[in-house]
Amino acid sequence: MFFSAEDFAAIGLTLRLASTVTVILMLVATPLAWWLARTLSWWKGPVAAVVALPLILPPTVLGFYLLLVMGPKGPVGEFTQAMGVGLLPFTFWGLVVASVFYSLPFVVQPIQNAIESIGRRPLEVAATLGAGPWDRFFTVVLPLAKPGFITAAVLGFTHTVGEFGVVLMIGGNIPGETRVVSVQMYDHVEALEYGQAHSLAIGLVVFSFVALMGLYSYQRKQRLIFRNNLGGF
Amino acid sequence: MSLSAQSSMQARFKFEVTRDNDEAAFFFDVDIMLPGQGITAIFGPSGSGKTTLLRCISGLERSSEGVCVVNGITWQSKSVFTPVHRRPLGVVFQESSLFAHLTAEGNLQYAVRRSSKGQGIVFEQVIQVMGIAALLQRYPHQLSGGERQRVAIARALLTQPQLLLMDEPLASLDKARKQEVLPYLEHIRTAFEVPILYVSHSLEEVTRLADHVVLMDSGRVIAQGGVTDVFSRLDTALWLEEDTAVVLQAQVVERDNSWHLMRVRYSGGDLWLRDNGTALDQWVRVRVHAKDVSLALTKHEDSSIVNRLEVKIVEVGQDHDEAMALVRLLSGDVFLMARITRRSLQQLGLMVGAVVWAQVKSAAMLS
Repeated sequence: MFFSAEDFAAIGLTLRLASTVTVILMLVATPLAWWLARTLSWWKGPVAAVVALPLILPPTVLGFYLLLVMGPKGPVGEFTQAMGVGLLPFTFWGLVVASVFYSLPFVVQPIQNAIESIGRRPLEVAATLGAGPWDRFFTVVLPLAKPGFITAAVLGFTHTVGEFGVVLMIGGNIPGETRVVSVQMYDHVEALEYGQAHSLAIGLVVFSFVALMGLYSYQRKQRLIFRNNLGGF
Repeated sequence: MSLSAQSSMQARFKFEVTRDNDEAAFFFDVDIMLPGQGITAIFGPSGSGKTTLLRCISGLERSSEGVCVVNGITWQSKSVFTPVHRRPLGVVFQESSLFAHLTAEGNLQYAVRRSSKGQGIVFEQVIQVMGIAALLQRYPHQLSGGERQRVAIARALLTQPQLLLMDEPLASLDKARKQEVLPYLEHIRTAFEVPILYVSHSLEEVTRLADHVVLMDSGRVIAQGGVTDVFSRLDTALWLEEDTAVVLQAQVVERDNSWHLMRVRYSGGDLWLRDNGTALDQWVRVRVHAKDVSLALTKHEDSSIVNRLEVKIVEVGQDHDEAMALVRLLSGDVFLMARITRRSLQQLGLMVGAVVWAQVKSAAMLS
């Protein structure tokens, strides 16, 4: 079992993609999750449904529409061309945008659940102690919802590492730019290089297993603390 | 403590309370002026709007039509709404509300770091009064219910509040824990000059702690005044039903060690009570239930009831039970209440203005 130089390039690219997407997702998903957890608006249902769509849609459907929207005649495509950054499809940043949509529910939902389970009371308490809105977020919501944020980050990262359909639709197969591990493995299989494909496949299995195992043991530890925690909320 | 025009609070809120189930909807309409010192109890059955009033005053609930002025500063009016975190107040919630991710001390420091200036409440003094020095390094889940509530009260005090709001702070505790925390609430009154609004549906807590009482029912204030005054009124009594009792301020004057009794004196005479260890000359609160007071035309020396007081009938009223009547009695410069049968009332010919003997079967010292 060994990795070729091209395999390493694909692994590096995948990690870069997953890290970038995770950072962006945490920034995007947090306010979205906050809004979903707190709003009484009629829009909550439709927005939640749209966020959850990637869970059930074939990735190729999502990729197809992103391709249209970001393509030369799509609204986003026209905008990016006008801004002078060219077109997003078949570039690294195109993959980033697609992955953000694709992994969104895996990040929004754990954060939303965590914020909902905190409830309003800790925020009310913090307000009566003189904490303003931002202060309340950083000193109460973040620490109390920490397990939710960690779950969200791990799921967002691993899910991005494992994507294939969206990548193929929007990124194609450009070495060093869009050829991620799953695509590289597909190439090996196409070329009947089963040994090489096996190396990458096993690598992905081990990576995913270790990540999930770490996450679950962390969640178990947190639950033990919080279950005993009558003093909290 | 000085009672100036500045040191008071005015609150007026008017809105419709709609609950998820339409039946419970009622109109909330409160307009009160409260003293800016001591403990004011907001007392009433559950669902009467006590907690809603407290939440309106704190700003946690935002009612469209409301005015709230504390110590001359407007917290809410038509044009003003100061957000909760800018109001110089402290709140103690019903259930323990300590931050789970911080130790007891971390919780206290959270308040200290954000506290307003000026009330001169000292950290060490709060720790000492609330008796929590040994608990500071523990996390909330390592504390008992009573300890958590003591830390929560300390935390509210450390915000240097000009008004301390307590929403049924003992309601989530069992009986033993309540008795554990109650003395601390009394200590606060004497140790700090912070006016307290105390929401409760427990007559025992209210008669023991409150200086001033606001009675609420169905979103309205039905009576208010000093604790001795409010509980010696017939309309209040009718509303309290079986619990009707008056509260007297009395001073311990004698102790009879051989019989475990002590004599307390109030303006209307002396009462023998069970000795609870209170020092001589101490002022105490005594609660006398209307059902424990009977009336006689002459002084019975041959009765097992040792507490006999000469009183004057000032008012006779209906009871919630149609066989019974409530008699309001002037005793010194305060009032007692007797609950007797209508037949006795008729047979003894008891009428307003008559001077009779009240026999007090039992009375309880509240502190």
